[in-house]
Parts: sequence; structure tokens; C-alpha cells
Amino acid sequence: MKNVFLTVKENRPLTNDFYKMVLEGECSGHTAGMFVNIKLQDFTLRRPFGIADADNHSITLLYKVVGLGTKYMTTLQNGVIIDVLTCLGNGFNLGKASKPLLIGGGTGIAPLFKLAKELKSKYPNIILGFRTHEDVCMIHEFSEFGNVHVTTDDGSYGYKGNVLSYLKSTGIVYDYYYACGPLVMLKNLTSIDKNGELSLESRMGCGFGACMGCSIKTKSGYKRVCKEGPVFNASEVIFDEQT
Amino acid sequence: MNRLEVELLGKKLKNPIIPASGTFGFGYEFAEYYDINILGSIALKGTTLHPRYGNPLPRVAECKSGMINAIGLQNPGADQVISTELVKLKKAYRDKAIINIGGHSFNDYIDTAKKFNGISNIWAVELNISCPNVEGGGMAFGTNPLIIKELTSAVKRVITNPLIVKLSPNVTSIQDMAIAAEEGGADAISLINTLVGMRIDLKTGKPIISVKSGGYSGVGVFPIAIRMIYAVSSCVKIPVIGMGGISNAREVLEAMYAGAHAVMIGTQNLIDPYACQSIINELPDVMDQLSIRNIRDIIRRSI
Ligand SMILES: Cc1cc2nc3c(=O)[nH]c(=O)nc-3n(C[C@H](O)[C@H](O)[C@H](O)COP(=O)(O)OP(=O)(O)OC[C@H]3O[C@@H](n4cnc5c(N)ncnc54)[C@H](O)[C@@H]3O)c2cc1C
Ligand SMILES: Cc1cc2nc3c(=O)[nH]c(=O)nc-3n(C[C@H](O)[C@H](O)[C@H](O)COP(=O)(O)O)c2cc1C
Ligand code: FES
Repeated sequence: MKNVFLTVKENRPLTNDFYKMVLEGECSGHTAGMFVNIKLQDFTLRRPFGIADADNHSITLLYKVVGLGTKYMTTLQNGVIIDVLTCLGNGFNLGKASKPLLIGGGTGIAPLFKLAKELKSKYPNIILGFRTHEDVCMIHEFSEFGNVHVTTDDGSYGYKGNVLSYLKSTGIVYDYYYACGPLVMLKNLTSIDKNGELSLESRMGCGFGACMGCSIKTKSGYKRVCKEGPVFNASEVIFDEQT
Repeated sequence: MNRLEVELLGKKLKNPIIPASGTFGFGYEFAEYYDINILGSIALKGTTLHPRYGNPLPRVAECKSGMINAIGLQNPGADQVISTELVKLKKAYRDKAIINIGGHSFNDYIDTAKKFNGISNIWAVELNISCPNVEGGGMAFGTNPLIIKELTSAVKRVITNPLIVKLSPNVTSIQDMAIAAEEGGADAISLINTLVGMRIDLKTGKPIISVKSGGYSGVGVFPIAIRMIYAVSSCVKIPVIGMGGISNAREVLEAMYAGAHAVMIGTQNLIDPYACQSIINELPDVMDQLSIRNIRDIIRRSI
């Protein structure tokens, strides 16, 4: 973990309620799957967001407006300086797959972007699921790194259905998956196949391991989503008790 | 001469700043962020006899001026705290820490507290009496003066370290609770623990916290804490450790004027992992501004 002050360099909507924010400053040390925890003026708790992209001097976040904090984030102008805890969490295990499959639902596409970039040489299959065509974004960007498949719940763009029915109905060849998205999606995914890893969300008090606010039960005991996670082996997570 | 030094229960503390239980884990993880040896002492995560996972998620809810938590005392249990957590702490922290103990029956508290007798890096036991009393029908121990007195003396009898009783603010008369703890043989009192609170999710119409309500803490509770520190300091002879919403050096001084011999910093550690370090660094300047030479001189000055 590092506590740094970063400058807003870009903050614009990609869709109606999904934004891209680029922050500049001391950003070294991020690997795909890590997250940052952002202090917003007048909000008590920090807000956690996955790293969609990062280099030593900048990070990119993709965030959805869901409540007051993310609404406030949309008002941040270029040049504003914000207090950020960076390099949080464990990140994805990149070495596991020779034929990787990336599965993202909704805001879950965010941490998969950096992962796709890093797995580029293996040209991963990437399934991105959205509710409707108005939510669809980042397709061209993801297409630089792999073979992108798009689903929408209402069929208004790409395959009609969710990412799992798509996965079942097609013969995508993969040996290991990386998934991030709604809890039900992750839970149903693990009932089909446990050979992969999941990036989880949890309401957080601190984001760096101090409060036990985010603990989940796993087969090898209690784990903090913010410290031992947010990425867990799909076979480890016990779903029923945490929803 | 160290201007920040205070004495608590016969122990000299470098400064009055102690991270509060439950907001600093078992201490060692904060050593990754700064040198925790600068702290006055450390109050460790609430420990119970047996391991506890705690409550289902969500366990935290944000509030305008604080947060609600219902962690439910997640901890690996006293034996593993001693065999693993305290061993890790010892590598990062040269001084001794305060063990915080929770329980749901008299025997829970007694058996857990006893285990820390003679543990080389523990110097005091802090009794968290805000837990529900399972045998007593779920009512918190800390809301009944008779039970406080009995529990305090039962634990005091079996331990070799000084005993700090941590009071819950969810009572009609905090003075009665403090006097009961003093009569039971407490060596010090710490307060306040969290205030019972609730938030409701406007999207679902249901409480955010899985177990519905939880403990409210953070900057919003500060005036309540000050009043209770003052009230308790005015009616007992044993030293008081003050906490509740403290987030900067000025508020540390305010709590000490109100009667605190030392202070604990809780929620602020979660928002700013460097909070205790910043407050310690900030204190001398703020004392200069107020012409305070030695911090111990201001303890109880408002009473
Ligand atoms: C590790 C991690 C990575 C995340 N990555 C992303 C991302 O890349 N893009 C994205 O759009 N969202 C992401 N989220 C979810 C994001 O943190 C929440 O949407 C955001 O905190 C909501 O804030 P708010 O003030 O708008 O909502 P409010 O509902 O007003 O927030 C109230 C409180 O609840 C918390 N909260 C609400 N929803 C969530 C949630 N889903 N998860 C955790 N805490 C929540 C807030 O942090 C805040 O403390 C991530 C969450 C976690 C835990
Ligand atoms: C996440 C969290 C966990 C806590 N866990 C404990 C605990 O295990 N034992 C205890 O006595 N108090 C516990 N507390 C209470 C604090 O130690 C402190 O009394 C309270 O939060 C008020 O101080 P603050 O406003 O500075 O946080 C906890 C508080 C928080 C926020
Ligand atoms: S959010 Fe505090 S331990 Fe994970």
C-alpha cells in the first residue's frame, strides 16, 4: 500500500453512467487485479476501484455512478488533486493460463482491461456482458488484446443472454478463467467450472486489512477481500454464507 | 525531557496516543506503513476464547460523520492470538501492548483474560463489556452496574496485569457504570465504545448492515465522548483513557482537558492509515500555539 496524491487528468463518460478517469502521479507497483481506495471530500469512507490500467505515472479507473460518492466523482475537473491509497490487494495470477478466458459482467470489466493487456501474447478470449446496448463500451480497446465476445441481457447488442449462457452455448476453448462481475454471476460460474479465479467486491471500512469489515469465508479460513483478495481461487470461495 | 510523555497505570508512555481496539488489527501490519514504535501503546483487536468469524457481510455502513460497524469480533481466538499474532507483533514492536477481550459469559471473559497472564508483550487487559450477555438474555454486560461490578472483580481476581474496563456509551448514566467498574476493582476506565446506530439502504428499503444495527463511531461521536470522559473523570479516582471521534491533535488535547490520561484513536486509522503518526507529529506545534509545555499538565484541567 502507498498513500499518494494524484492529479485528475481525464474524467469523462463512456456511456450514460460509466466513466473513465485517469489519474497521474506516483503510480508504480500496480499489477492487474489490484485496486485503489480513493478519499473523496466530505465522504467518511474511501471508495474502492479496480485498476483498469496503470503504468508508473498514471492509473486508469472505469467507474459506474451508483450512489453519492461516484456521482461526486463525475464532478472532479482536470487538475484536481485527490488522496489515494494505491497498490491494494493481491492481483491476478498471470502464470496460470496458457489459453486464458476473461469474463466480465458490468463494472466487472474494469480490472480485466489491464489483465487482457498483460495476457495479449496469449490472445485471450474475452466475454463482456452488459444489460443493454447503451451500456456497451470498451469493445475496441479490449479487441487489441484478444478475441472479444459481447452479450447483452436484452439482445440489443451481440449475443442475447448473460455471459454464462453464452459460455455454455459456444465452444470457447480455454484452460483457465479470470472473472469479475456480480456475485450471482461468479457463483453460477463456479458451479460450471472451478478452474479459474474471481475478483470479489465487499463493502470496506479501510481497504488495507485493519478493520475486518470485508472478510469472507473460504475453504482455507476467513480471508479479507482487501488484503488476501480481491482475487480468490474459484474453488476456494464459499458463496452461500456471504450473500 | 519528553513533553509528550504521560504515565498510565505506573507505565511511562512516550506520548498519550494509542490506536483503539479493532481499528489497528494486531498492530504488526501497520509496521509496513510507519514505525509503530513511536506509539504510546497499542490496543489490540478484540479477542475471544474461541475463534470467531463474526457477522455476515455487509458489516460496515458509511455515515455522514462516521461509520457503523458490526464486525462481530472476528478474531482467531486467544490461543492463536498468543501463538501467532503476538509473535508477529513482537518482531515489529519492541514495547508491550494492551489486549482487548470480548465474551458472551462470565467464564468467557475470565478464561480469556487469564490466558494473557505472563505473556511477555502484554502489559494490560482491556475488557470490552459491550458484547451481548448470552446467559443474561443477550443484554449487554455494560449496561448494568451490578453486572459490571461483578464481572470486573471476577476478572480482576484471576489476572496479573492491570485491568482497564471499557465502557459502552449506550446507557442512561455513564457515571453509574464507571463507579461500578471502580468498585469492582478496575485499575482504569476507557471510553467510549461505539454508539448503537443503523442505516437503511434506499434502494432495497432494508438495513445496510446484515445484523441490522451496529456501532457508530468516527468524528460525529466526538462531543458525546468528551462529555462522557468529563462526567466519568469527575466521579472516579482511577485514570481514564478517552476515545471517540478523535481525528487530530487539538481533539487529543480536548479529551485530556476533559480528564483523559491517554487517548485512543479508532476510526481515523481506517480512513488515514498514518493518522496516529500524523497526530503525534502535530502535537508539539499545537501545544506551542496553546502555550502548553508538557502534555501531562493539562490532564483533567477542565474539571
Ligand atoms: C475491490 C473493489 C473493486 C471495485 N472496482 C470497481 C470498479 O472498477 N468500477 C466500479 O464502478 N466499481 C467498483 N467497485 C464498486 C465501488 O467501490 C462502488 O460502486 C462505490 O464504492 C460506490 O460508491 P457510492 O458512494 O457511489 O455508492 P453509495 O451506495 O452511496 O456508497 C455508500 C457506501 O457503500 C459502499 N459501497 C456501495 N456499493 C459498493 C460495492 N459494490 N462494493 C463495495 N462498496 C460499495 C461505498 O464504498 C460507501 O462506503 C469496486 C469495489 C471493490 C470492493
Ligand atoms: C471496525 C471497528 C472495530 C472495532 N472493534 C472493537 C473491538 O474489537 N473491541 C473494542 O473494545 N472496541 C472495538 N471498536 C470500538 C473502538 O475501539 C472505539 O471504542 C470506537 O470506535 C470509538 O472511537 P473512534 O470514534 O475513534 O473510532 C471497534 C471500532 C471499529 C470502527
Ligand atoms: S476493509 Fe478493512 S479489513 Fe478489509
